[in-house]
Amino acid sequence: MIETKTLPTQYVSQPGALKTSSGQTVRTDEMIINMGPQHPSTHGVLRLEIVVDGEIIIDVIPHIGYLHRCFEKHAEHMANYQQVIPYCDRLDYCAAINEEHSYVLAVERLLKIEVPERVEYIRVIMAELQRIASHLIAVGTFGIDAGAFTPFLYAFHDRELILSLFEMTCGARLLYNYFWIGGLSHDIPPQFADKAKEFCTYFKPRIKEFNDLLTFNEIFVKRTANVGVLPKDVAINYACSGPMLRGSGVNWDLRRDDPYSVYHKIEWEPKIGKGEMGTVGDVWDRHIVRMREMEESVKIIEQALAALPEGNVQAAIPKRIRPDAGEVYARTETPRGELGFYLISDGTGTPFRLKCRAPAFVNLSVLPEISRGAMIADLVLIAGSTDIVLGQVDR
Amino acid sequence: MTADEIYNSLKAQFGDAIVEAKLDALQPWIVVDPNRTKEIALFLRDEPATQFDSMMCLSGVDYNGGKLGIVYHLFSMVHKHKIVLKAHCTKENPHIQSVSSVWGTANWHEREVFDMYGVVIDEHPDLRRILLPYDWEGHPLRKDYKVPEFYNGMKVPY
Repeated sequence: MIETKTLPTQYVSQPGALKTSSGQTVRTDEMIINMGPQHPSTHGVLRLEIVVDGEIIIDVIPHIGYLHRCFEKHAEHMANYQQVIPYCDRLDYCAAINEEHSYVLAVERLLKIEVPERVEYIRVIMAELQRIASHLIAVGTFGIDAGAFTPFLYAFHDRELILSLFEMTCGARLLYNYFWIGGLSHDIPPQFADKAKEFCTYFKPRIKEFNDLLTFNEIFVKRTANVGVLPKDVAINYACSGPMLRGSGVNWDLRRDDPYSVYHKIEWEPKIGKGEMGTVGDVWDRHIVRMREMEESVKIIEQALAALPEGNVQAAIPKRIRPDAGEVYARTETPRGELGFYLISDGTGTPFRLKCRAPAFVNLSVLPEISRGAMIADLVLIAGSTDIVLGQVDR
Repeated sequence: MTADEIYNSLKAQFGDAIVEAKLDALQPWIVVDPNRTKEIALFLRDEPATQFDSMMCLSGVDYNGGKLGIVYHLFSMVHKHKIVLKAHCTKENPHIQSVSSVWGTANWHEREVFDMYGVVIDEHPDLRRILLPYDWEGHPLRKDYKVPEFYNGMKVPY
């Protein structure tokens, strides 16, 4: 059982403790402040109702749903299974490829079909490129939250190179509709492998540069270390996933622990927070996990490019997809954590029920737990470190 | 533990509260009594042999024919095994016990089920709508949901 966190004593104001210069007692009251829904630091339309005592946060109540667009209801009313894929893109518009991956995996498991090995390798390459692009947004905007503007420009410059690779492959830069059930919409173009290798070579030193600029910057470390600590047991109890969970020192990654695609054939390791600058599970740990994951992603892309087999990019699947009645829960590791789709089929051509277990939604639900007792200025950093995308939270 | 072993240990512990099971499914599931989900959840989490410390997903479902339900996807990070629990209720008496005191993550998921399906989660600490506006009428993910013509005087769809 998780006990409710009590505030450290130095943060609890004693009645009558504050006096003015003329000796009158200052009245202290709790105050409610609204942050958002239109606030640059909430990374979208999120409203946080904050109860504060002076500058100390007593409680945070997130209000979500401003971007709700009935994804699950839409999925039940599509003409077929394929039409859901573009909607999945729009869940997390920063990491669209990873969303598609989870959905097509769910349908393929229900259909019990195997996809060609070339497809699996291309999927891994694309998913990891997307992970880098998404983490670049995460760390770039996180830098802005902390008051550092320059790293954001660095991040967006490098992300642009990845988007060009996607554009070269499927024509789209943000919402791809690239992973199809049983395969891909296109094969990769002939010059793709060279361009991707070129990007990997270019990007490795850039991570170090970025770290020097932001991660190990003394001001940044002072702002982020020991702030918003998420203990291990709370993280597991709240089913946090992705960098949130690994930042708390839990060695857990679905790519290794619940393998899908060809991740088991590739050598890499999950990165976890070790409390190098402060406490394990603080905001800085979550940031460094994202930085180090980008390095791992580069390793994965290089290995997958080297091992990329020749072959077809579309498995033989029926034109009209009608899985047998049944249900499946498929999950993948997206940049934000475990994205799961719970799919029920009743044997017809459309999903009977499609539930999206959004990592951002789950990770946001732990925000009140880790914000209590923090300073109000740190809330911006704590919320930024959860790396939410409101499209995914509200679905 | 395999699904059979988990089923047998639950059956031995709770008897009648385990309603039915389908253990040969792609992902085996067990249906439990909607009024006893909390103690069953607590048992699954704390028993050393099962240790389902993590809840992957909690989904509401409308099965048509007046039957609603909640599906719990459980996972143990210690033993790396999975099980699916289900609890069913009717539209006339939509009550299912909360498990948010067992897994913190259930809190928001259960609010979503209440919001979308109108299943009243008994003993939930904070049962409010989560994604829809507080004054929205009806529960959209029910299969018999009709889109209202007006919301606060605005035409839907506008």
